[in-house]
Amino acid sequence: MANQTNSGNERVDLAYRRRKNAEEMRHQMIAFVLMILLTLIAFAAVGYEEFSHWFVVPFILLLAAVQVAFQLYYFMHMSHKGHEFPAMFIYGGVAVMLLLVWAFTTVIWW
Amino acid sequence: MSTIARKKGVGAVLWDYLTTVDHKKIAHLYLISGGFFFLLGGLEALFIRIQLAKPNNDFLVGGLYNEVLTMHGTTMIFLAAMPLVFAFMNAVVPLQIGARDVAFPFLNALGFWMFFFGGLFLNCSWFLGGAPDAGWTSYASLSLDSKAHHGIDFYTLGLQISGFGTIMGAINFLVTIINMRAPGMTFMRMPMFTWATFVTSALILFAFPPLTVGLIFMMMDRLFGGNFFNPAAGGNTIIWEHLFWVFGHPEVYILVLPAFGIFSEIFATFSRKRLFGYSSMVFATVLIAFLGFMVWAHHMFTVGMGPIANAIFAVATMTIAVPTGVKIFNWLFTMWGGSIKFTTPMHYAVAFIPSFVMGGVTGVMLASAAADYQYHDSYFVVAHFHYVIVGGVVFALLAGTHYWWPKMFGRMLNETLGKMTFWLFFIGFHLTFFIQHFLGLTGMPRRVFTYLPNQGWETGNFVSTVGAFFMAAATIILLINIVVTTAKGEKVPGDAWGDGRTLEWAIASPPPVYNFAQTPLVRGLDAFWLEKMEGKKELTPAEPLGDIHMPNSSFLPFVIAFGLFVAAFGFTYHNDAGWGLPVGILGLLITLGSMFLRSVIDDHGFHIHKEEVLELEKKEANA
Ligand code: HEM
Ligand SMILES: [Cu+2]
Repeated sequence: MANQTNSGNERVDLAYRRRKNAEEMRHQMIAFVLMILLTLIAFAAVGYEEFSHWFVVPFILLLAAVQVAFQLYYFMHMSHKGHEFPAMFIYGGVAVMLLLVWAFTTVIWW
Repeated sequence: MSTIARKKGVGAVLWDYLTTVDHKKIAHLYLISGGFFFLLGGLEALFIRIQLAKPNNDFLVGGLYNEVLTMHGTTMIFLAAMPLVFAFMNAVVPLQIGARDVAFPFLNALGFWMFFFGGLFLNCSWFLGGAPDAGWTSYASLSLDSKAHHGIDFYTLGLQISGFGTIMGAINFLVTIINMRAPGMTFMRMPMFTWATFVTSALILFAFPPLTVGLIFMMMDRLFGGNFFNPAAGGNTIIWEHLFWVFGHPEVYILVLPAFGIFSEIFATFSRKRLFGYSSMVFATVLIAFLGFMVWAHHMFTVGMGPIANAIFAVATMTIAVPTGVKIFNWLFTMWGGSIKFTTPMHYAVAFIPSFVMGGVTGVMLASAAADYQYHDSYFVVAHFHYVIVGGVVFALLAGTHYWWPKMFGRMLNETLGKMTFWLFFIGFHLTFFIQHFLGLTGMPRRVFTYLPNQGWETGNFVSTVGAFFMAAATIILLINIVVTTAKGEKVPGDAWGDGRTLEWAIASPPPVYNFAQTPLVRGLDAFWLEKMEGKKELTPAEPLGDIHMPNSSFLPFVIAFGLFVAAFGFTYHNDAGWGLPVGILGLLITLGSMFLRSVIDDHGFHIHKEEVLELEKKEANA
C-alpha cells in the first residue's frame, strides 16, 4: 500500500546498495562462523568431564543468550533502522519474564 | 464484485457476516455477541442478588450458587467487557487513524471467531453436567478438587480458545496503529482512544501468555495426568495464583484504559475543547500500563509471601494512583471553561469521575497490605472492584455505545431514553454497591451463598438487591432504545453530533466499505476539528482518487475456530469415553486443514474502481 520511495536516482542507489549488501554479507558470514564456534564450545563444555555442573549450566545459558543476540541482530536485521518497535516489544517481553522468574524464585518458597 | 448497496435476504446477510473481514462488520459482531454475554452475565448477577436478598434464602444454594457466581464473573470479564471494548476498537480505531482497514483483516476475523467459540464452549457447560464453580480466579486448590463434573475443563479450554483470539486482536491493533496511520498522523497526534487501544494491545500481548501457560498447566493437571499444581505429587498450587494474577492485574487495565480513552474523546467533544494536557495523558497511560505489571501480588497479600514482598507490592500499587490522578485532573480541566453539552455520553462521563475515584480510593485502602488482612475476601472487595469495573468500564461501554452508535449504524439513539437509562443505571449502581462496602467492613464474606438473620446484614443486602433491579430496568430501556432506533431512528450525517473532532466524524455514517475515498492528510491533533475551524467541510486529501484495493471475504476464520471448538469437546471427554480422542483429533485436523488452505490458496483481494468510488461518494453526498 505505502509508496516505497527512494532517492530517485537509480544508479546511485544501486552502487550504494551493492556496497551495503556486501558488507551485510560479511557480517552474516562472521556471525555464522561465530555461532558454529559457540555451539562447538557448548558441546565441548558438556563433554569435558572436569567441569562441574555449576559451571557448565550457566555457561551454556550465557552462550545461548549470545546466540539469540546474533540471530536477532545479524540474521533478522534488528540492528537496521525501522526495527525499533520489534526491539521495544522484545525487550518488554524479556523484562516481564525476568520479573516473573525473579518473583517465582523469591516469593514462592514453600 | 460490486459494492453498490442492494437489498439482501436474511441468508445473504448472515453469510456476509460469517465471512466478513471488514473491521466495521467485525465490530458489529463483537458488539452483538459481547452484548449478548453482557445480558447473560447480568441475568446471573440478578440471580445472585435474589439469592442474597434475605437471610437463609434457598433460591440458589450450594454448588449451583458457586456455578452462577463463577460464570457471572468469568462471563462479565472475558465474554462481555473485553469483546465490547474490542467492538469499539474495531469500529473506531482504523477510522481515527485514517486507514482503510486493519493490518490483518483475516486475523481480525479469526480473533473474533476464536473468542466467540471459546465463549460458546464455556457456556455449553450449563447443559453438560455443570458450569465451572471455582470462582473466576479458579484457584488450583479449588479447581483441582472440583471433580463432580467437567465445569473447570470447560473453563480451561474455553478460555484458552478465546484467549488466543484476544491475543490475535491485540497484535492486529499494534501493527495497524504502528503501520497504517495516515500521512501526518504522528504518534503525538493520535486521538486518545487510539492511544489507549495501542497501550492496551501491548498489555494484552504481555499479559495473556502467562494466563495461557497457567491454563495449559491446569488442563494438563485435570485432563492429561499432570501434577503442576498438586502438592502431593511435588507441584505447587501457589504457582497458579501467581500466573493468574500476573495476567489478572494487567487485565483490569486492559479493561479500564480503553474506558479512559472513550471518556477522553467524550470529554473533549462535548466540552468543545481540546483535551487538556494531551501529552501528559499519553504519558500517564503508558506509565499506568508499565506499573500495572509490577503489582499483581497485591491480590495475594494474605497468601504469606512475607512482609518484604508485601511491602514492595503495596508501595508499587499505590504509585499507580499518581498517573491516574493526572488523568482525573486533566478531564476536569478539559471541562473547565468548556461550552459543555450534556448529551447522554457526557452524562456517563461526568458520573464516571466520582464513581471511579471512589473505586480508586478503596483500591488504595486495599493496597495497604496490613489492612488488607481485614478486607480480604469480604464484600468490601466486591464493592471495590465493582466501583472500578462498573463505574469505570461499564459506564464507558454504555457511553461509547451512545456516542459511536450513530457512526456505526447511521442512526442516532434516542436521547430521552438514553438519559433514562443513564439515571436508572447510575442510581442502581450506587444503590447496589455502595452499601456493600459496609457489609464487607462488618464481616460479610464474599462468595458465600447465604447468611444468617440478626447479623446486621439484612437491610444492606436487601438494598443491594433493589439496586440490581434498577440496573436491569436501565438495560431493558437501552434495548428498547436500540429497537426503536433501528426501526425508525433519525438518519444522521457524518458529523453526527456536530462537534466531532477526530477523523471518524469526517466520513459518512455508517462509513463506506473503503472508509476514506482518499487517504486524508493530518495536520494536527483533532484533525477534523482543525479543518472545520478553517471553514472547510472535508479533510484535505493526501492522495489522488484512485482504485482502492480491498481484501476478499473468507469463511476460513469461522472454520479454523470451529475446529478448536470441536477439539475442545473431544479432549474434555477423552478420559470418559472412547469417542473423545478421535473427536479431539478430528477438531484439530479441521483447524490445521483450514490453516493449510489459507496458506496455499492465493488471495489477492479485489479492487473497487475509481468510477464506483465516485458514484458511491456522490450518492452519499445527496443522501
Ligand atoms: C451490573 C450489575 C452487576 C451486579 C448486580 C453484580 C453483582 C455481583 C455479585 C452479587 C457478585 C458476587 C460477589 C460475591 O458473593 O463474592 C459479583 C461478583 C463478581 N462480579 Fe459482578 N455484578 C455486576 C456487574 C459486573 C460486571 C460488569 C463485571 C465485570 C466486567 C463484574 C465482575 C464480577 C466479578 C469478577 C465477580 C467475582 C466473581 C467471583 O468471585 O468469582 N460484575 N457480582
Ligand atoms: Cu490488581
